[in-house]
Amino acid sequence: MNRNMRRSYSSRTWLGLMYALTVLALIPLGLVLWFTIAKGLPSVIHPQFFFNVELPPCEPKCPAVSNAGVGHAIAGTAIMVGLASLMAIPVGVLSGIYLAEYSIARWASGVRLACDVLVGTPSIAIGLFVYAFLVVPFHHFSGFSGAVALAVLMLPIVARTTEGAVSLIPSGLRESGLALGLPRWRVSLQLILPAAAPGVITGALLAVARAGGETAPLLFTAFGAHILELDPNHAMQALPMTVFRYALLPYKSLQAQAWGAALVLIVMVLGVNLVSRWVLRRQIALAGSL
Amino acid sequence: MAAAVETKPSAAIAAQRVHDGFRTAVSVVASASPAILVLIVLTLLQQAQPALHQFGVGFLWGTDWNPVADNFGALPAIFGTVATSFIALALAIPVGVAVALVLAEQGQTTLRGLLGTGIELLAAIPSVVYGIWALYVLAPWVYEHIEVPISDHVTFIGWLSDPAVRGLFNAALVLAVMILPTLSAISRDVIRAVPRGLKENAIALGATWWETNWRVILPSARAGIFGAVILALGRALGETIAVTMVIGNQYVIPHSIFQPAYTLASVIANEFTEATGTLYPAALVELGLVLILVTLVVNVFALILVRSTSREARLTA
Repeated sequence: MNRNMRRSYSSRTWLGLMYALTVLALIPLGLVLWFTIAKGLPSVIHPQFFFNVELPPCEPKCPAVSNAGVGHAIAGTAIMVGLASLMAIPVGVLSGIYLAEYSIARWASGVRLACDVLVGTPSIAIGLFVYAFLVVPFHHFSGFSGAVALAVLMLPIVARTTEGAVSLIPSGLRESGLALGLPRWRVSLQLILPAAAPGVITGALLAVARAGGETAPLLFTAFGAHILELDPNHAMQALPMTVFRYALLPYKSLQAQAWGAALVLIVMVLGVNLVSRWVLRRQIALAGSL
Repeated sequence: MAAAVETKPSAAIAAQRVHDGFRTAVSVVASASPAILVLIVLTLLQQAQPALHQFGVGFLWGTDWNPVADNFGALPAIFGTVATSFIALALAIPVGVAVALVLAEQGQTTLRGLLGTGIELLAAIPSVVYGIWALYVLAPWVYEHIEVPISDHVTFIGWLSDPAVRGLFNAALVLAVMILPTLSAISRDVIRAVPRGLKENAIALGATWWETNWRVILPSARAGIFGAVILALGRALGETIAVTMVIGNQYVIPHSIFQPAYTLASVIANEFTEATGTLYPAALVELGLVLILVTLVVNVFALILVRSTSREARLTA
């Protein structure tokens, strides 16, 4: 009996330790959120932060309310991520349909492996690749090449989440479509895809959030700019690049802008993630009821 | 009547042809990912040609990085990359496996749901935000409360001396936080894929929660967890921005883990846009080539491990 008591206590101690380690793992999340909010809020509360563009650093004496903002970076991120979505989402969704509908094909397992490897490919290498392909031949950095780099990053994420969402759809739906004489492509695109839409949208949103937060592939493609640039043929600024560049500068006013930009990024990314979790839960409930 | 008999099979053939066309079309579109992957490797190989010709294999163990004299070697960057990644793994593995065990438990309690959401959010935070946080919050704190006391008290170990705010150890610490979600999410899936019968048998034999997990579940999930670790290693090797911001950017092999160093990805991020001439950019691309080849091998190996364990589990279940 004594021995069993000891075993039970030791088991409970280990269980407690495992939970303690899990909580420990979440401490950085709390700290990152807390410091980004605390240090970024003073910049973000001024509306001009979102509309104005970069001003030269004003050390040591700054006016009480800085007129500088990251409007150019927000516009750049929106344009580049938008263009990247236009390229990556259609291709990714079709790839996902292929992976789910023809999952037994030998080529499908190759595509799946390539997608997973591409997700794990260092993003800086993607930047180098796009630099050689789209910057060197045209002799200038451009928002368009940045968008292509982001699209390469998004593609495998969209493909794999679409595959997951499509596989969740019960085969009864597919079989009823085929039994009614619909051709396979109509079953896939007009029956299965709409049923899987919430999951597909979730995947696209997650890919957008990931692309919006990436810095490394933009360094040699979009390069960055100090002014508002709406033409994707020219170098463009992006929010993560603002954080990266300003944070390493010795000027307090620019560091404050970096924290503000980091807060905008965090709000965007966490917002997308929470919304997509909610959508995904509905998708799973929906698929269960089909 | 005869016409109807004739059209029926031809309609079926037409439908079959459309279906085959659809299948071909989507499989061609889906080939984009493998094609891009191959293209990336070939492009980097081609761009690195000048450096490959000039330095050959010796590039890998050269320690000099001198753009003025056009002499380049990769060893300090390789050392920094490997050292930060392995320190990060050593820190992240115990925590990551604990998280996976907690999250893999059956039944959804509110607490576990919240913990799971938290871990997923940890994965969603952009690298650059980890970077700015590490630079202004984590690194100064770790310097003051961990590095200085350690180097003051452990004076006889050389590689624990000379603390610095920006250095190898701080970079490894951020990396550990960043790879933790990968490690725990995949380990959780692997643990969940362990056949239920094993667990039920252990419990029926009177094993406690810990005995079930430690003696039965973890051993049978071992290969898959190893795969998760390797996958996390791949992420750590390629991580760029957060590491660049805190590692200190010194192209040397540091004598202490607290000292500034450099990684393959950081060198490229910092120097590529300023690199002029032919040999300097080519050497940087060759660093990228080393990085991508290593991560490719690591990722493929890890994915095969993870998949074979979950397939095995499905077969024995």
